[in-house]
Amino acid sequence: MNMDCRAAPTTTGPRTFLIRPAEKPTTMSATAKPIANTRSATGIPTARLITWWVIASEIVIFGGLLSAYLMHRLGHPEWALSADHTNTWAGAFNTFVLLTSSLAAVLAHKAADALDGPRAAKLLRLTVLGGFVFLMVKAFEWTTDIREGFVLSSGGFWSYYYVLTGLHGLHVLAGMVIMLIIAADAAKNQELQRVECIGLYWHFVDIVWIFLFPLLYIAR
Amino acid sequence: MLERYTTAASTYAHSIDHLFLLILVLVGFWLIVAEAVMFILIFKFRARDGRPTRHVTGEEKELHRWITIPHMLVILCDIAIIIPAIIVWYNIKQAQPPADQTVRVYAQQWAWSFQEPGPDGVLDTADDVRTVGELHVAINTTYHFELMSRDVVHSFAVPAFRLKQDALPGRTITGWFRPNRLGTYDIQCTQMCGIGHALMAGRVIVETRQDHAAWLMQNSNPPVAALPAAPSPLAASPMMAEARR
Amino acid sequence: MSTAVQHAEPGFFRKYCWSTDHKIIAMQYLFTGMAMALIGGYLAYVFRMQLGFPNHNVPGFGIVTPGRYNAVVTMHGTIMIFWVAMPVLIAAFGNYLIPLMIGCDDMAFPRINRLSYQVFLLSAIVLLLSFLVKGGAFGGAWTAYPPLSASGAYNLTPLGATLWLVAVALEFVAFLLGGINFTVTVMNSRAPGMKMFDIPIVIWMIVLATVIFMASAGPLIAGAVMLLFDQTMATGFYDPTRGGDPLLWQHLFWFFGHPEVYVVLLPAMGIVAEILAVFARKKLFGYKSMLFSTWAVGILSFVVWAHHQFVAGIDPRMANVFTVTTLLISIPVAELVFLYIATLYGGSIRLDTPMLWALGFLAEFMIGGVTGIFLGSSGTDIYLHDTYFLIAHFHYTFVPIAIISVFAGITFWFPKMFGRMMNETLGKIHFWGTVIPFNVIFIPLFMTGLAGDQRRIYSYAQFAEQSRPALQHLRTLSTVGLLVMLSFQLVFLFNFFWSLRKGKRAEANPWRSTTLEWTVPSPPPHGNFAVLPTVYRGPYEYGLPGRADDYWPQNVPD
Repeated sequence: MNMDCRAAPTTTGPRTFLIRPAEKPTTMSATAKPIANTRSATGIPTARLITWWVIASEIVIFGGLLSAYLMHRLGHPEWALSADHTNTWAGAFNTFVLLTSSLAAVLAHKAADALDGPRAAKLLRLTVLGGFVFLMVKAFEWTTDIREGFVLSSGGFWSYYYVLTGLHGLHVLAGMVIMLIIAADAAKNQELQRVECIGLYWHFVDIVWIFLFPLLYIAR
Repeated sequence: MLERYTTAASTYAHSIDHLFLLILVLVGFWLIVAEAVMFILIFKFRARDGRPTRHVTGEEKELHRWITIPHMLVILCDIAIIIPAIIVWYNIKQAQPPADQTVRVYAQQWAWSFQEPGPDGVLDTADDVRTVGELHVAINTTYHFELMSRDVVHSFAVPAFRLKQDALPGRTITGWFRPNRLGTYDIQCTQMCGIGHALMAGRVIVETRQDHAAWLMQNSNPPVAALPAAPSPLAASPMMAEARR
Repeated sequence: MSTAVQHAEPGFFRKYCWSTDHKIIAMQYLFTGMAMALIGGYLAYVFRMQLGFPNHNVPGFGIVTPGRYNAVVTMHGTIMIFWVAMPVLIAAFGNYLIPLMIGCDDMAFPRINRLSYQVFLLSAIVLLLSFLVKGGAFGGAWTAYPPLSASGAYNLTPLGATLWLVAVALEFVAFLLGGINFTVTVMNSRAPGMKMFDIPIVIWMIVLATVIFMASAGPLIAGAVMLLFDQTMATGFYDPTRGGDPLLWQHLFWFFGHPEVYVVLLPAMGIVAEILAVFARKKLFGYKSMLFSTWAVGILSFVVWAHHQFVAGIDPRMANVFTVTTLLISIPVAELVFLYIATLYGGSIRLDTPMLWALGFLAEFMIGGVTGIFLGSSGTDIYLHDTYFLIAHFHYTFVPIAIISVFAGITFWFPKMFGRMMNETLGKIHFWGTVIPFNVIFIPLFMTGLAGDQRRIYSYAQFAEQSRPALQHLRTLSTVGLLVMLSFQLVFLFNFFWSLRKGKRAEANPWRSTTLEWTVPSPPPHGNFAVLPTVYRGPYEYGLPGRADDYWPQNVPD
């Protein structure tokens, strides 16, 4: 059976298509990529394009959940009493942690653009560390809340609080895992285009938190 | 046209039936025309040796007109349907004529129960009549109903009245009807509510005012102290006043 | 020019079960979908037997008790939409056709593609497992309204309910993964020269369907998480006694549920369009108008959802907004139908089996479309909501979508997929034996609906007005129609599997079509194109005057 394993060089045609310049053999991963992956009729690299679509569908998921929460919150002013029990300092600290880790992700992207894989890997791992701290603080918060008797089934506000922060936390965790895998490749100067993509995802996770923090911690 | 399939036993049944007929005529016309055109084209342009096809893009003005004009007509038909539909809806679901009587309808797994005012004509008094499965009403009387569910979502449907309203737990939903035909009519639950969904049948019994008043008398609790300054509880009730008119 | 690299021949497992080749993944989805269709069809047989011959033992099932009836109708609807229509129309046809029709060697992300099927298969297994657990499969209707669906005490199928929810959630994940892949591939991986309006319309339709799906599924995923917690963790998102609201679920569900019908409609219409062009030997009439109408349908589909909730307890004033938007959406849909019919004008129509199915789609779908008007009009919906009139309406749309257009697509692309021709005579017998009985099933149900039969009711014995003999005759007639229709599916199954082995060998382009998938051998090799094509024109250049052939393939320079 025949299969094309290498990217085809630019073909001439009525339109100019952006095809990634012939890659150095070391940048290709062990499994061959189809030509479909390397073409770019829109001008946007495929990896980045799919990352945006992933983020778009995640926005709709979180958007749906947040809208449901907001509508209920507006209809239940007494939820403010429950919201008082959230630890605003912990939330603020976590916001700072996530923002800083996003900075590390941006720097990782810069390093990847400069084709400095090991440096990008280091910065990605720093980002993961930020995520880890975030999750530890979250764990501390949840433990405190549960000890005070506020659990998932405690009622309106708390149900939403745990589902929102829980879903967000799962996304942080998933992002960390994927980021470590990409960092491992990047350290070997492989698949450097993925550094930007995971960075984009991480910024999205960050932005979701920036919505959650005021709505769950600050708003009265 | 709907009356050929189900009895119409309430005042607004007819407005729904007329709306149905209007829609039937308009969409029926389009359905027949579109199907006919399609079959004519299939027949007219079936493959024949030696006859080439025409290279038609659909952007040609004279040809695209065949799309644009029906397109405009469809819009007009839609408007011709939307306006009466909103009017019918408004009259049934938004504007409620003043009630002669109010009844409470309770939905639960798996029965309908009702609370009607007794001969004193007032709900939530000692002489209220409580029934299970059967709602007795008087003909030519405007009823408001207060619909509640005790557990899951049910739906209160009386096809003969063209009445339908979902019952939600935690909410009281009001509606109205005015029966104008004597008889016994089915109540069906029309929202999946568990294994007894098909078994929570009920009946609405539309009676003459006299029969209804008699039934109320028979089934209510003995009336407590008579209302002050009223000659008799019965004579003072709005229902009897209405019956005498 | 691309260099050919020789790979070692993979073993059976790697080739058929662990493949990243889009064609194999397409087959996986197709066969899984077909298997689930048999199950969904069997379930329809069971409940129609109960309705047609009440309280008799159903051969091959037993007595249909009220509880089992509820589970059967719930699972029939759920399976047909999520495990038949979507995987076959979108995942199978999309996976198969996209790389071939846009001229590349595979999807942009083949391993994500493989993962999407694996998640989908898992979802199917979880769903089927729910039949076997204590209490049986979920019986709360495919719409799963809480509080019924949130509490085992109410629905009496607590394990089934949770498994059902998990299965649906997994299916959503599979389709998000798959859809993202499709969209990125079509956006980026097109052959040089294939501009936006040179893309075959079925590809456009599949991509738009996946975009609509991605945009609408999010809130329901959120809602499903909340329902899952209500079921298992004693939360009260939908429990009014705990500050929750059952209507919240309904809004989240239908915000997805209505666009979902267009998610399945669009690929079906795409398949029909491709076949119309080929078998009428005609350019599609107004390709751009078709696209614009489709975009309009897609956008409008997001603002009509509450027409499913007119009598649900929403603010009655809201109903007026939704009746307007619902009737407005009939306009671009009607436009699409008119454009399709106009494509026949001036053509040279050959009524081969795929074309019969495509025309059958139009004839039947039009009935579904116009009967939707009665339901979109809020005034009449008061009477018709949740009756058999509604059931007949949505089957007159869903059966063309999930069955008729699927047969159209299978009979059309079978030669390409399997390298053999299906038998024409058997194909025609199957067609008539499906379409005629289909009408015998559902026309009586329009009538019983008008006569007051409400849905999801296992027996009308309790209702005096519904126990009239005339109505029972109609129900029995409908059941007989189903039995006949199911019998004729044996013709298809025989034709399909026999042709796989013994059908006449198919050439590359037996239908003389212009699109790129017909330029490669039947079946295509791994990698699809020995030489990746360049595209020089749109996909429907048929009947050009002054040319020797009546068709001009997209990849031929001149």
